[in-house]
Amino acid sequence: MTSADISAELISTVADAFERGTALEIQGGGTKQFYGRRPSGSLLRVKGHQGIVNYEPTELVVSVRSGTRLSELQQILAEAQQMLGFEAPAFGADATVGGMVACGFSGPARPYHGSVRDAVLGVEIINGRGQQLRFGGEVIKNVAGYDASRLMVGAMGTLGVVLQVSFKVLPAPEVTMTRTFEMSELSALEQMNIWAGRPLPLSACAFYADRLSVRLCGSGDAVLAAGREIGGDEEHDAITWWESLREQALPFFAQEEPLWRLSVPPATGPMNLPGDCLIDWGGAQRWLFCEYSAAALRQVVRDAGGHATLFRGGNRDGEIFEPLQSVQLRLQRELKRAFDPRSILNPGRMVEGW
Amino acid sequence: MLQAESRRVRGALIAKLRDILPRQFVLTEAEQLRPYECDGLTAYRQLPWIVVLPSNSEEVEKILALCTARGVPVVARGAGTGLSGGALPHPHGVLLSMTRFDRILSVDRANRTACVQPGVRNIAISEKVESLGLYYAPDPSSQIACSIGGNVAENSGGVHCLKYGLTVHNLLKLEVVLMSGESVTIGADALDMPGYDLLALMTGSEGMLGVVTEVTVRLLPKPAVARVILAAFDDLAVAGNAVAAIIGAGIIPAGLEMMDSPAILAVEDFVHAGYPRDAAALLLCELDGTESEVEAGIREVTGILELQGATEIRVATDEAERQRFWSGRKNAFPAVGRISPDYYCIDGTIPKKRLGEVLTGISKLSNEYDLRVANVFHAGDGNLHPLILYDGSQPGAFERTEALGGKILELCIAVGGTITGEHGVGVEKLNQMCVQFEMPELDQFHAIKKAFDPAGLLNPGKAVPTLSRCAEFNAMHVHKGRLPFPELPRF
Ligand SMILES: Cc1cc2nc3c(=O)[nH]c(=O)nc-3n(C[C@H](O)[C@H](O)[C@H](O)COP(=O)(O)OP(=O)(O)OC[C@H]3O[C@@H](n4cnc5c(N)ncnc54)[C@H](O)[C@@H]3O)c2cc1C
Repeated sequence: MTSADISAELISTVADAFERGTALEIQGGGTKQFYGRRPSGSLLRVKGHQGIVNYEPTELVVSVRSGTRLSELQQILAEAQQMLGFEAPAFGADATVGGMVACGFSGPARPYHGSVRDAVLGVEIINGRGQQLRFGGEVIKNVAGYDASRLMVGAMGTLGVVLQVSFKVLPAPEVTMTRTFEMSELSALEQMNIWAGRPLPLSACAFYADRLSVRLCGSGDAVLAAGREIGGDEEHDAITWWESLREQALPFFAQEEPLWRLSVPPATGPMNLPGDCLIDWGGAQRWLFCEYSAAALRQVVRDAGGHATLFRGGNRDGEIFEPLQSVQLRLQRELKRAFDPRSILNPGRMVEGW
Repeated sequence: MLQAESRRVRGALIAKLRDILPRQFVLTEAEQLRPYECDGLTAYRQLPWIVVLPSNSEEVEKILALCTARGVPVVARGAGTGLSGGALPHPHGVLLSMTRFDRILSVDRANRTACVQPGVRNIAISEKVESLGLYYAPDPSSQIACSIGGNVAENSGGVHCLKYGLTVHNLLKLEVVLMSGESVTIGADALDMPGYDLLALMTGSEGMLGVVTEVTVRLLPKPAVARVILAAFDDLAVAGNAVAAIIGAGIIPAGLEMMDSPAILAVEDFVHAGYPRDAAALLLCELDGTESEVEAGIREVTGILELQGATEIRVATDEAERQRFWSGRKNAFPAVGRISPDYYCIDGTIPKKRLGEVLTGISKLSNEYDLRVANVFHAGDGNLHPLILYDGSQPGAFERTEALGGKILELCIAVGGTITGEHGVGVEKLNQMCVQFEMPELDQFHAIKKAFDPAGLLNPGKAVPTLSRCAEFNAMHVHKGRLPFPELPRF
């Protein structure tokens, strides 16, 4: 595997941009450009900053440079029968670790094995002043200083250029099994949440077109026992199906309308919104293709205790993310200022104006 | 502040606070203030100026707005079990006790969450939801006393953290009052929130960014079966290798705890847990899951322990025996308290593979400083709790103890670890923060603080040292293996 440390070059570019107050658009593999607001600025390519810096399977920790390809990292973990618990979507062969952290997407296992931010133990970043900073570390428990590492997850590169990340990893499950059930949306939502309240080795629950798919994983004994307990039909060709769900490659995702991501409390009932809906994360993440007005849609989702993101398509210059209320917005802007006082890192990627 | 001036300002503030709270909830007399002068780190004491006991967020908003208007510092306090002086009062500040926020507001069975006030004790949540087959996973040893608000502020961990995560992994939403007196919701009932992850930032922020007035936690299904294995070793390093071997085999135990010989003897004398008194190290490994899964796991772990050279292996046969095995570990602190007039608990975390080396280092330091050390630790996640035994009535003993503690923490940093796994920096580890972090990093922390609390009135002086303090400290010490002023020639 390739290994190259280009941090010195990246630091000097950011420091220079800080001096001159010129914007930078941070790019990893460039695979998630569809997501977020339209970026601007001169390109800062992180892809060349590659390599696994430290991997100690018995410590359950891996530290990796941000330009490393996600696929490469996953392969190295798999060789030691380990994995990233959150099952990150790559959306393309070039996806990098930095892009994964910046976007913060987690796959179907997220409700059961945790999210990207849950797995982050430490980061090395360049802030908007061109300073190289380290937060957190390579140990599982660490409360020295504010948790600036997890703050980088989902920040879309607006708080810092991620140079290196340490993740907690998990052992790969011994056995995986998928059971499917024909049922209505209402029953499926109830059922997924009843099971999640029982000690079952769940690792994914998704529903589409009257079909509930439940993935179990763990030790052979536990999976067999759980399979007997929940019933349903065993689905033998499920691995590719879950992969296609994660990578948004199922036929469902090929629709024309704008794609919304609804994040709601898992036991929220059917939302009765117009458009085609696929339920993932045991009910907590719902994908919706629809042309419905953003304001009306957001109101329905807010009333359910969640928020909506325009994930793909639609107006990329508008409000992609849930608008924040005033105190929240002020805190977030002040935080942005604390990391990037001249607003040179991916300006406008998350919120218009900064 | 001049004394007369200080008395006038205090008097005026008390009058205003009494407009917000009933008289009995504004404490001003020395004997009323005394119980609040320290937290679990009793070596540091400071009588607060005034103590207030609000019971709802409107009162907290008004108190903070008032203090901001008058430039008065505020320190929040939960149950006061913190071990780093995080809740140490400010001599000219208001101590905000959150103990009256003691209600469990709601339990949502379908979504598996509970919404509670911050003064609720950690264990009360699990007790409340037990009949639903659910529990709140993070279980600090202080769980019968510590508050969930304090847990959020310290990102507390427990025996089950390796498998089920720390506080940060088990929170969904906070209601927070900022120092300005404004309320803000952080997080959501959904699994994520729009914008930056302020929930992660708030967790472990040691009461420096806002006052938490409501907490929504995630509940987990109780495992069907839990069983524990006890293994004895005649060598600490061998026990350390056994820990690595278990995890290397792809097993994540629900708990994996270790004790050294001084700790084993102390707890055995105290609770008679049945631990082998002649062992150099004792390992407790708990497995949970379904009946058959745990059975298989026990077989596998037993095999590994044998292979790694355990001198004795016992599997708890029933729940009573399981509780007895754990009682020793859970009572380690009070047990050590019995054999020494005072003890001082250290909280470093290290990569597990450096365990042998670090324990040898600690034992060398222990001889050098002529102070006994007993070690208990969360072996699965490398979180050490060396307990330094000392006698506080001896002049200079605490200072020597603190110096030894500082050296142990610097050893943790040197092997790639951290100065605090779960107890926080508070006032205690400010100097070691100067060793662990570079100036621009500390500067970044101050900038984060400023985003939330521009005037720096909430819990001032804790958690993050000032740059001038570090400049002074580093001038006297070797920093990350570098001597001060490396640019100067040395002869
Ligand atoms: C015997 C013993 C065993 C322990 N074992 C463990 C253990 O296993 N794991 C572990 O992690 N810790 C352990 N601790 C440490 C301690 O119990 C934890 O840090 C606990 O979370 C502190 O909670 P508290 O309510 O006592 O907080 P306090 O000590 O009152 O306060 C701690 C910090 O939290 C802040 N704070 C409190 N409430 C709020 C609020 N509502 N809003 C904002 N800030 C607030 C305070 O300002 C302070 O900075 C132990 C302590 C003892 C004495």
